[in-house]
Amino acid sequence: MPVIEAKDLNLTFQTNDGPVHALKDVNLAIEKGEFVSFIGPSGCGKTTFLRCIAALETPTGGSLTVNGMSPDDARRARSYGYVFQAAGLYPWRTIAGNIKLPLEIMGYSRAEMDQRVEKVLDLVDLGGFGKKFPWQLSGGMQQRASIARALAFDAEILLMDEPFGALDEIVRDKLNEELLKLWKRTGKTIGFVTHSIPEAVYLSTKIVVMSPRPGRITDIIDSTLPRDERPLEIRDSAEFLAIAHRVREGLRAGHAYDE
Amino acid sequence: MKSVLPILTVLAAIVVIWYGAAVGLNSKWTYDQAARAGQEVSFSQLLRDTMTQERPVLPAPHQVAKGLWEGVAGQKITSKRSLVYHGGVTFSATMAGFVLGAVAGILLAVGIVHNRAMDMSVMPWAIASQTIPILAIAPMVIVVLASLGIKGLLPKAIIAAYLSFFPILVGMVKGLRAPDGMQLDLLRTYNASGSETFWKLRLPSSMPYFFASLKVGIAAALVGTIVAELPAGATQGLGARLLSGSYYGQTIQIWAALFAAAVLAAVLVIAVGAVEKVVLRKMGMAR
Repeated sequence: MPVIEAKDLNLTFQTNDGPVHALKDVNLAIEKGEFVSFIGPSGCGKTTFLRCIAALETPTGGSLTVNGMSPDDARRARSYGYVFQAAGLYPWRTIAGNIKLPLEIMGYSRAEMDQRVEKVLDLVDLGGFGKKFPWQLSGGMQQRASIARALAFDAEILLMDEPFGALDEIVRDKLNEELLKLWKRTGKTIGFVTHSIPEAVYLSTKIVVMSPRPGRITDIIDSTLPRDERPLEIRDSAEFLAIAHRVREGLRAGHAYDE
Repeated sequence: MKSVLPILTVLAAIVVIWYGAAVGLNSKWTYDQAARAGQEVSFSQLLRDTMTQERPVLPAPHQVAKGLWEGVAGQKITSKRSLVYHGGVTFSATMAGFVLGAVAGILLAVGIVHNRAMDMSVMPWAIASQTIPILAIAPMVIVVLASLGIKGLLPKAIIAAYLSFFPILVGMVKGLRAPDGMQLDLLRTYNASGSETFWKLRLPSSMPYFFASLKVGIAAALVGTIVAELPAGATQGLGARLLSGSYYGQTIQIWAALFAAAVLAAVLVIAVGAVEKVVLRKMGMAR
């Protein structure tokens, strides 16, 4: 059974300028352990779809299940960790304190919290930074801390909304590499929203290409790249370029429809 | 040391202008006296006289300083003429009113942020309350409470609270709403309850706004207390000192009491600032 399954999903926002069709007839199944990227121009509904999965938006039509439950039940069952565009760390908490935030709300014991903080800090390569305050860390390190925060509790799904969008390309490359390692180690199912074609192709086992007005899926690409071994250099291989080409074609087709 | 020089320069300029104004404003009385006695007044006589009048229109700085000094150090602090004594009376009412006002402001702000009905209804009333001149309301509050047998500190504290709750209310509403949509969404993904959102996110986020509003609030509380001390023949407090000074034309006494009030206000605001610094540093928000 797929971890996330959308059937004929529709979402229309009522705005002052009339209804906006943010998602139209979205059909998608994500299996356990997949790394799925959503790519498309602004307004294509990729973030909206991720927010629907997280029950931060409510679809107006169709069905959506997460772990076999409704998204809202899945949220209550704390089935996913969500990483936002900005790190959003609390400036009045240390890095360790920030990672403890969800653990406190979920009622973990103090000893368990300390142990988990230690573990996830190592996972994102921030061992020893627990006592620092967010402003003492670089942007990339802050975003890693926010990923650690989403990993601290045992959610099997990780939803990431352009987590590296605000970072420069060198930092982004490094974080992409680390994210792949992390995914391999934890076996989580990841939904990842991005603007960047290379990022999407490099990371994903499945690439969902979307286009705007109305927001819809134009292509779903199953990556042929090896799942286990993806050095950064793979981005120069013919196979990688072929997939990137197909993504670009999909994006262009979406735009042609528009103009 | 660099920062002291400009301050001293400005201070010196103020003192010079003040002396000039004192000579100008007090000269009329000197000329009148001289004319009545059929005498001429030389410039040096004029200068000397305008600096030393007993009831000058505008006391010279050194006269105010002397009045202040005598009020503070010249008597036992239990004396009815001691500014320390009157200052203490005003201070205790100010603090009581400030605490009342702060509690009221915070509670109303929490209500406004969490309850839609309060959000729609409280703010207009709060704003309306501040448009009524405090001078008009203070005597009524004093009279009404006095007829109920409540006298002394509490009526003054209520008027102080009436002035000081408003900036704290406005600051706290702004502060409790400071977290953006993303931070609220994050807590939603953890399925956090309303009270967890309040204690873990809204309240800590509001701290910088809270302290800024406390500074305004405590100064407002002092103003409210002094205004409350004016009517109904109060005999204690800096306000009463101002009033009795104006009854008897004791301008030096008025100015000394004014300066005592200004010093008290400065001390209160600085004290709030010190607490702010300690709290924000403990929270890791001061760099």
